[in-house]
Amino acid sequence: MIANPVPADIVGRGIRDGAALFRQRFTDLTAAAERGHPTAYVFVMGSLAEILRCFDFELVFPEITSLQTAVRGAAHEYLGQAEDYGYSPDICGYVKADVALQLRGGAHPMGRVPRPALAVQTNACNTYLKWSEIWERFYGTPVFTLDVPGTRQAGRRTWPGDPDFEADKLYVARQIDELIDQCASLTGIAFDIDRLREVMDHTNSMIRAWQQLIELNKHAPAPFNALTDGTVYLGVINAFRGTPEGRAYFDDLVAEMRHKVAHGIGAVPDESYRLMFLGIPCYPIFRRFNELFTIPGGNFVNSTYLWFAAGGANTGFQYDLDHPLDSLAEGVLISVRDAMDSMFFQTQALVDLAEPFDVDGIVFHAIKSCRTVSTGLADTRRALMAARDIPTLFIESDMMDRRVVSEAQLKNRIDAFFENLATRRRRVALDR
Amino acid sequence: MDDASPIVPAPLPASNGSGEARATALLAAVDPRLAGNGAGEPPGDLAALLAACRDVVEDPAFPTVQRWRADGGKVVGHFQVYFPEEIVHAAGLLPVKIRGAQVEPRSADSRFGSYLCSILKTSLEVALSGQIALDMFVTHPICDAARNLAGVWGRNFDYPCQILYLPQNANSRHAAAYLRHEYDRLRREIEAVAGRAVTDDDLRRSIGVFNTNRRLIRRLYEIRRTAPWKLAVDEAYVLVTVGGLIQREEHNDLLVRAIAAIEARPDAPQDRVRVVFEGGFCEQPPLDLLRVMAQSCYVVDDDLMIGLRFIVEDVPPEGDPLFNLAEAYLERSTYSPVQHDLRKPKERMLLERLHGAGATAAILTAAKMCEPGLEDQVAYAHALDDLGIPYFVSEFEQNMSSFEHLEIQLETFVERLLFAA
Repeated sequence: MIANPVPADIVGRGIRDGAALFRQRFTDLTAAAERGHPTAYVFVMGSLAEILRCFDFELVFPEITSLQTAVRGAAHEYLGQAEDYGYSPDICGYVKADVALQLRGGAHPMGRVPRPALAVQTNACNTYLKWSEIWERFYGTPVFTLDVPGTRQAGRRTWPGDPDFEADKLYVARQIDELIDQCASLTGIAFDIDRLREVMDHTNSMIRAWQQLIELNKHAPAPFNALTDGTVYLGVINAFRGTPEGRAYFDDLVAEMRHKVAHGIGAVPDESYRLMFLGIPCYPIFRRFNELFTIPGGNFVNSTYLWFAAGGANTGFQYDLDHPLDSLAEGVLISVRDAMDSMFFQTQALVDLAEPFDVDGIVFHAIKSCRTVSTGLADTRRALMAARDIPTLFIESDMMDRRVVSEAQLKNRIDAFFENLATRRRRVALDR
Repeated sequence: MDDASPIVPAPLPASNGSGEARATALLAAVDPRLAGNGAGEPPGDLAALLAACRDVVEDPAFPTVQRWRADGGKVVGHFQVYFPEEIVHAAGLLPVKIRGAQVEPRSADSRFGSYLCSILKTSLEVALSGQIALDMFVTHPICDAARNLAGVWGRNFDYPCQILYLPQNANSRHAAAYLRHEYDRLRREIEAVAGRAVTDDDLRRSIGVFNTNRRLIRRLYEIRRTAPWKLAVDEAYVLVTVGGLIQREEHNDLLVRAIAAIEARPDAPQDRVRVVFEGGFCEQPPLDLLRVMAQSCYVVDDDLMIGLRFIVEDVPPEGDPLFNLAEAYLERSTYSPVQHDLRKPKERMLLERLHGAGATAAILTAAKMCEPGLEDQVAYAHALDDLGIPYFVSEFEQNMSSFEHLEIQLETFVERLLFAA
């Protein structure tokens, strides 16, 4: 018996509400552009939304606005314009889409994106650094870079109490202080520690929910698809981080997923193969790319994308509201470091998660646009195959550029992968 | 000591039989042209010296490193661009610049995807194939691809493979203190490899050796700027690059001899365009490509192997040596596309390099698939357009072997400048 009545349309609510939130987001951004409201450009791995919201910045996530041009089938127009301006076909497609967006005065398929009054970035991705230099060049935008020292060597993470961890944390904390000074100077708004607590409390709730969501997908059938549904959830956890809207969304989302688990409702009609995804999705043919896996019965039950693109929210780090600034530094360090580890040192995590998530196969999707994520994938695959007997697939395309997406080639590889999974399953059945 | 003072390099350190630095002139040991006459006189003329450097720089078997290891020495390989070699040197180990090689990345190809620069692949290839053996490998978050190397390398080798987190927030008041701690962490790691402590005095001695080296390299580049007919870009390149493959004391000795010989070359200036070469901060163009450029114009400055000369002044030898090294990286350094520093807008830095060298044109190159290089190329081109400074744009690959097309393009560019003037 279900104690509380649930809305009849609870299934699918997360996708609907996520889309509605983003439509509203673009309406708000368009209005901000028109009235010249101070806007900060930030990135998904270490947005520092907690600080920036204390100074009433509108937040723009250029990675998200860029990927939306691809999902909406317009990326090629933006890429072409940036290439005409001089950018090489061989650099990050997100950067080029944004360059074109700026050259168009912020015109985006979903609205208008305001110019940056401030850019805040971490060192989690080097392209962030080069990207912000473009805004600096175009507009003279002040740029704040937060160094987050990552794990130095596989298996050698440090934790609170270790002198090396404390040194890294001190550096992060001191930089956050500098960011606060810069924001106060730019906006004329005094920093309010209680406002920070309020924002951090919302973030805490969202991060708890994020961890619960990932846990819920251990159920079979998994209630959501980490590739498609997960991308919507990622959009919300980033763009609405630290907000009441974001908190409410994730409360509802967890309720939806619990409902689906309780009723055995899976993300795909007949979940035959539980897959893990490494890399970034192929947005130029997003739906079709997913169907290549779901039509044969595959569902992505987890992905490293849910880890690094959520800025390490998968760690479940909870801010200590009694010591907000100290805890923010610790949380940023642990979370952003984890996001980096999800790209550079992820082998052991994959080995550890294969069993709890009952993973049948792992898909490695390297893309031309993102070398941060893609450079180590082939080697990780080799190491994983040496460590564990699990089928894997390595494919290449792009997250933005349809010129390097060959659907037929992808389909051939993916079909062969599923044949392998089926053969393997038959063999296991025979051996029993 | 200022740059005008005579430069007296320190002698090679004596061997103590514990796997530390030994009195081995590595370059001389692997090249008979530099073997000496037995009377204590340094052998070989400039041509022999340049030929020896060229051969070692181009040899994917890393003969000097092999020789060092054969003598029981340990090696720390550090990927491009900047690395505080003094810390490795102070431990008695050989710091070796990992910069790829002209080899087919047969084994490395299976460890990487398609869309990647050559230097990553060939660097791993020479390690996988056993052409270079290391005791530790360090990479840096210079770009999205290179920061992956610690993971990739670590999955393929048992020795420590690490990332050195050089700060990208160079404008923080706290960056130097952070970097000082990071260097101290590195010192502890290196001590574990060396099996001995690295004291502050060891570091101070090494800083002294490297200060001499920096002065000598600055002198080479001064010659390039003031008398480019005496020293071609490819010659300067091998003289500098070999420093990443031998003991720095030997490099200092080599540079002293080379500079004296170069200064003695006859003055024979020609009516050539003076250009700056930009784009060699990480992956290196083939030596033949540099020769092609040298035939067409005077390359009066460049960013080739900029990591070996990233610090542009002496590092203070007194005080806290690790802090001094950290402070020098942030405050006494040149620029590259992979160091983010709001005080060093890339276009302005290029213009300063052009003006400082009296260049009238630029060659803007980038290695294929090199994201930072390709991105800055756009900024450079727009800045030069705004000022009406002519430039030649091109991409290269470490493994390219055909230069005819590029040679014709470059000659056309140069002729246009000469005859339009």
